[in-house]
Amino acid sequence: MDPELLLRTLAAALRLSTPLILCAMAGLLSERSGIVDIGLEGKMLAAAFAAASMAAVTGSAWLALLCGIVIATLMALLHGYACITQRGNQVVSGVAINLLASGLTVVLGSYWFQQGGQTPMLTDLGRFRPLELPGVTLLNGVPILGAIYRDLVSGYSLIVYVALIAVPATHWLVNKTRFGLRLRAVGEYPQAVDTAGVSVTWLRYRAVLLCGLLTGIAGTYVSIAQNAGFSRDMTAGQGFIALAAMIFGKWRPYPALGACLLFGLLDAVSIRLQGVRIAGIGEVPVQLIQALPYALTVLLLAGFIGKAVAPKASGIPYVKER
Amino acid sequence: MSGARPDLPRWADIGLIPLVNVLLAFIVAGLVVVVIGESPLEAVQVMLSGALGSGEGLGYTLYYATNFIFTGLAVAIAFHAGLFNIGGEGQAYIGGLGVGLLLLGLDHSLSWPILLPLAVVAALLFGAAWAFIPAWLQAYRGSHIVITTIMFNFLASSLMVYLLVNVLNEHGATSPESRNIAATAQLPFISDILGGFGIKMAHTPLNLSILIAVLACVFVWIYVWHTPWGYELRTVGQSERAAVYAGVKPRRVILVTLCISGALAGLVGVNEIMGVQHRLLLNFNAGYGFTGIAVALMGRNHPLGVVLAAILFGILTQGGAELSFEMPNIDRNMVTVIQGLVILFSGALAHLSRPWLEALFALLSRRRPSLKEA
Repeated sequence: MDPELLLRTLAAALRLSTPLILCAMAGLLSERSGIVDIGLEGKMLAAAFAAASMAAVTGSAWLALLCGIVIATLMALLHGYACITQRGNQVVSGVAINLLASGLTVVLGSYWFQQGGQTPMLTDLGRFRPLELPGVTLLNGVPILGAIYRDLVSGYSLIVYVALIAVPATHWLVNKTRFGLRLRAVGEYPQAVDTAGVSVTWLRYRAVLLCGLLTGIAGTYVSIAQNAGFSRDMTAGQGFIALAAMIFGKWRPYPALGACLLFGLLDAVSIRLQGVRIAGIGEVPVQLIQALPYALTVLLLAGFIGKAVAPKASGIPYVKER
Repeated sequence: MSGARPDLPRWADIGLIPLVNVLLAFIVAGLVVVVIGESPLEAVQVMLSGALGSGEGLGYTLYYATNFIFTGLAVAIAFHAGLFNIGGEGQAYIGGLGVGLLLLGLDHSLSWPILLPLAVVAALLFGAAWAFIPAWLQAYRGSHIVITTIMFNFLASSLMVYLLVNVLNEHGATSPESRNIAATAQLPFISDILGGFGIKMAHTPLNLSILIAVLACVFVWIYVWHTPWGYELRTVGQSERAAVYAGVKPRRVILVTLCISGALAGLVGVNEIMGVQHRLLLNFNAGYGFTGIAVALMGRNHPLGVVLAAILFGILTQGGAELSFEMPNIDRNMVTVIQGLVILFSGALAHLSRPWLEALFALLSRRRPSLKEA
């Protein structure tokens, strides 16, 4: 394989993985606290719409990011209110959030912008453009290393780097801090946390808020960094792939990152292979590659690739004993 | 789900609370319409007259309702066993594949009255087969049904794209569709049947499948409440551990229930492929699986409730299409918003209004004796 093409494909994989990584970390924080979140998709979609709308109106990428985060967080709070305060069914609430986002973005979008649910195309002004890291021109002359630095390390938008930082940050938060210890405890055995005098409710709300923050960034990335505007249902199931990646990573940050990168790579390869004939195999069915993340996750859940054990208390509303 | 609290009279628990929940959903939906700068009352009027005001509207409404009954029943029967089948979308898709394959194979040799029972069996089998793997994984490997059925929705969609692009499309055609099935193999439309009796009705997609939907409701009612299997199913739904002590094998019940659930969702394929589309194509299942969740929650998992909720969502879907013509500011995706709100208020926030109503009833019952004394 041509090394240039290899670098390009790997870079594309990282770009495609970015929303997955952010959403997987979001889902991880939520589920480690005991709140199942199948509404990642909806929150990301709503944030994508909010960010693109804000960017279209103000032309400011930073305001757009803020707007995306605020909307995703509000939806996360709704999920939290339904699941934590009202002790409702967490899956039902997630489904509701997905449908609300899918419907409201189009209803409001077609009213505001009159483009059938799309937001106006953004110019570079309202977007997060690829950054060129310092030293690209300096290293350009160096063989191999220069190309790797130029194509694989530099040249992404800011949010890609944020996503890559989010992984160690999540790892640190969950595994090395007092908050993380309590978070894990509340997802496994909330009674113990309650007995220790720590509020289960407040802990879970904080997890849900962090989830909103990260899905907000993910949605913003999709609409104003990866693309130049919002189109209906543009997240196209990535929230669910992120969910799969989180499960694939067994609710741990670094393995989840690995799964996201793998799924992103599969996506990049399937785009690259569209209509390409490979000697000996013939045309590779692209759908097969696209279906792999889902198939692999089912196999994992079936216990054929290690064992995935969810946090014990996830999905169960906590009722304080009286 | 938390157990029923006895502070409310039974009729309020069964009748009033669901009504209040749905009302809340519609009030919020009305607020969205207000934000868009239209009058909600006018919108309701347009929707009702669009969905019920003409033979054509009514036909479309009932055609949509047919699909919603199938997916609503699918979700409802699984709920009774304490399971959440979120995979109606994929099961309906694959059920349609079964119907399509059968018809593409036999449409030139047999006519529709013979093909109909075969198509129903094909839809049931394919739908059940698509639910079988998640069901088996839930029952015997402990993997969560919600996650596996979500994954199977995506797998179904990849499979259908693959088949329609590479295998089943007409030779040389570029569009991902199969050939049309022969006219003799298509289910008759209700308008044509009525026309045979001299009753004129506008042509709509409403077809004989609606009778199958009615039969499916009767089946679920009998199965869940009037057979030993239904008893076992509800026992498992109440408490798996208690079921074991009662001699029920929860694993088998889970497996069977989810397969029935998938089979019911698969029947969407009969309505869509044999009744309306007359060919295999992409995304004929669009959204019916998810609407089924709203229908089941709103209908409180009872066949009668499912029928009523399905008709309501039929009205919303057909009326919503009409609404987007009359009030161009309101996109037809407003229906999706209402679905989301119904699921939110009747499902996740089901107990939101309860404390208020309890307080209200407490107030009323306190005042009543004092009235008697006076």
